[in-house]
Amino acid sequence: MFAWSLELAWLIVLLPFAAFALIGLFLHRWPRLSASLSILAIGLSFILSVLIAAHVFLGGMQEPFELSIRWLAMPGLNVDMGLLIDGITGVMLIVVTLVALLVQVYSLGYMHGDPGFSSYYAYQSVFAGSMLGLVLANNFGQIFVFWELVGLASYLLIGFWFGRDSAKNAAVKAFVTNRVGDFGFLLAILFLQIIFGTLNFNGLAAEIAGYTNTAILIGISILLLAGPIGKSAQFPLHVWLPDAMEGPTPVSALIHAATMVAAGVYLIARAYFIFSTTPEAMMVIAVVGGFTALFAATIALVQNDIKRILAYSTLSQLGYMVMAMGIGAMTAGMFHLMTHAFFKALLFLAAGSVIHAMANEQDIWKMGRLKDKMPVTTWTFVIGALALAGIPPLSGFWSKDEILLGAFASGHMGLYLLGTLVAFLTAFYMFRLIFVAFFGSNKGGEHAHESPLVMTVPLVILAVLAVVAGFVGSPLMDYAFAHYVTYPGAVHHDPNIMVMVISALVAITGIILAWAIYQKELISHLALREKFQGIYTLLYNKYYIDEIYHWLGQRFIDGTARVLFWFDIYVVNGLVNGIAALTGGAGKVLRYTETGQVQTYAGYMLVGVIVIVGLVLIAGFAMLI
Amino acid sequence: MIGFQHYLLLATFLFAVGIYGVLTKRNAVAVLMSIELMLNSVNLNFVAINRYLVTDHAVGQLFALIVIVVAAAEVAVGLALIISIFRQRKSVNLNDFNLLKW
Amino acid sequence: MNMNDAVFIILGFITLLGAVGVVSFTNIVHAALSLVMSFLGVAGLYFQLQAEFLGLVQIMVYAGAISVLIIFAIMLVMDRDPDQTNVSHKVNRWWGGLIALLFAAFIGFAIRESHFTGQAASTGADRLGQIAELVLGNYVIAFEVAAILLLVAVVGAIILAKGAKEQ
Repeated sequence: MFAWSLELAWLIVLLPFAAFALIGLFLHRWPRLSASLSILAIGLSFILSVLIAAHVFLGGMQEPFELSIRWLAMPGLNVDMGLLIDGITGVMLIVVTLVALLVQVYSLGYMHGDPGFSSYYAYQSVFAGSMLGLVLANNFGQIFVFWELVGLASYLLIGFWFGRDSAKNAAVKAFVTNRVGDFGFLLAILFLQIIFGTLNFNGLAAEIAGYTNTAILIGISILLLAGPIGKSAQFPLHVWLPDAMEGPTPVSALIHAATMVAAGVYLIARAYFIFSTTPEAMMVIAVVGGFTALFAATIALVQNDIKRILAYSTLSQLGYMVMAMGIGAMTAGMFHLMTHAFFKALLFLAAGSVIHAMANEQDIWKMGRLKDKMPVTTWTFVIGALALAGIPPLSGFWSKDEILLGAFASGHMGLYLLGTLVAFLTAFYMFRLIFVAFFGSNKGGEHAHESPLVMTVPLVILAVLAVVAGFVGSPLMDYAFAHYVTYPGAVHHDPNIMVMVISALVAITGIILAWAIYQKELISHLALREKFQGIYTLLYNKYYIDEIYHWLGQRFIDGTARVLFWFDIYVVNGLVNGIAALTGGAGKVLRYTETGQVQTYAGYMLVGVIVIVGLVLIAGFAMLI
Repeated sequence: MIGFQHYLLLATFLFAVGIYGVLTKRNAVAVLMSIELMLNSVNLNFVAINRYLVTDHAVGQLFALIVIVVAAAEVAVGLALIISIFRQRKSVNLNDFNLLKW
Repeated sequence: MNMNDAVFIILGFITLLGAVGVVSFTNIVHAALSLVMSFLGVAGLYFQLQAEFLGLVQIMVYAGAISVLIIFAIMLVMDRDPDQTNVSHKVNRWWGGLIALLFAAFIGFAIRESHFTGQAASTGADRLGQIAELVLGNYVIAFEVAAILLLVAVVGAIILAKGAKEQ
């Protein structure tokens, strides 16, 4: 249909980067111009993405479209830069460009008056460009480059208010934690290059199909997994995501809910041809994802900061996605990625609206009665929460149900039960938030007012998407999503009514329980807290993981520093001083040869002559030649 | 019976005595005299080679002649130097000329 | 043993004896005289080697001019008891002796082990004429340079000996 748009796909990446360059170099002094340029760039990228997606999904594209140019050619190493456009790409393009566009528009209102307005839009552009480059990449090398760039953009945006120590530390923590994961990722890439000689996805898929050494494949899979564990904040590298809430709320919406953290899930999807050959690695993925989902959900139960609750919710949902990837339900995982992007971005942006109205107050217990003062925000937030909890017929229900169905039907009963439990907890803590902050009886929300249009319109758009986006993957549209986003060997499970009913019921139960405790106060939450004091403290302090890491780091870094210090003082210094001492000592001894008397020197010369003559006599005349 | 090698050996012993003198004498003039001994031994070598090995030309003798000329010039200048040093330092003992000592 | 050999032995003896005397006598004047004896021995050896002209030059220049020069210089720098003027360094003499000994041994060994070819007979040609031809023929430059060298040496020696006075 719009086949010509495929040829222009590279513009999608280039436009935001160009915006970044222009803003960064020239337009710094004109904030509104900078913002306009950035929004224009992402808007154009969005339009192009829509055209491409139309061609991919409706234009009957037979095969994935690939375009690549040779970037680096050395003997034994060829690195390409290229584009790969297939169903997965189409989905990601729409998600990323749409959410980025809405967030940038929203930021016009949220960041209004901030002294770093231009820089903010520059960073937003660089993030958008990097994320799109990652999504369009056709080989691991390019993905890695953009992966790192995305991490950089995240660092810049988390630490945007760099005057705050907490923000600075959070930015560094994010980057460093990511780096740890990237180390494994890079090793995996190196192994792939060495063993298979290519990093191109299609090329590798062909090679791996016939490769038999499973031990190596498992090793590569596990190493490759380290990247998503870092980027998508799975346990144990999840520690950066809650702290990343120090950044402006639109940033949290875009990066830490919808797109960047989804990059890890996207990578797993792209690299599925490797993972699907190693069932052991898949099991690891599933367990890591499932554990993270439960782990984060429990912590979210007792948090008081609205953004923290949403952050742990993101962690939990990412766990769902990763778990889906691990049990072979790649389609379900990508589907949930899409729906989650919409409703989580919605939730964050609405939370931002609240924070903005409450003069940067983020504690839910200090909010209340917001539904009267901020109706649009309130009801869009509720829609988002319903979607997240998985209430039919909203989008979250369909995607979460696909995952649970996949777990149930493929026999992973433990994971299925875990997923169901997490669904219950998710509904509970989200509505705890809603009842306390929006419907509560606190007087905190007295002075709030609704946000300007530029902030509420994106909320409405996202709310609509949160409602309808799920239909593309549901039985109602004959699983259209699965038709385009799939992999060889995918198993399609027939819809199971029992699973659907159970997941819906569980969610509704969670909501009712939250209503009972927090709205009607049938059970006092304070009494509950008293009764389960130990567990409460443990959860509130995030299982003390941060403190453990800190302690480990101290031991490690202190110990290493001490060893290296010793080394420096004694070995390196010793070596240098030793050479000096040697020279001095030699000098002290040798100076006695300088007697100042000519006869001594003549004697030395003659000794030399005698030595040469002696050597010649011993070794023959040939020695002199 | 007395052949070429004997002349060479004689020259060698002469040279060795000269070496001993150069290295051990404390009087500068004595060192100069020992140097003359060494030059003489070299001359002897040249003439012997001329007589026994390369007989068509008298180049060996010519060279020895030039060496004698140079030796004469050298002795003249050397002694003049010694005299002028003696005037400065009132001594010709080589042990005293150790300004380059550490 | 013919006459030639006997003459060689005697002349060699004189030469070596003189040389040893130079380094042995503690009185430097005696040493100088011993040097003269050595020169004369060498001159004799030149005669035996059919280098008559050279032998004469040796006597005239070495035994004549140079020796006188040396003795004059000795007289001018005599600052102590004559018998104490030519002593050897107490420590150095052992090292010097060792070096001289080693040198003589190695070179002597080398000479012994060498095979010299072309022990040609003497031609009895006109030596002096040959020298003259060479001096004024192929080696005229060496000759001229030697002359200049002498000139320079004489001038230099005069200046040095006179001392640099304020002009």
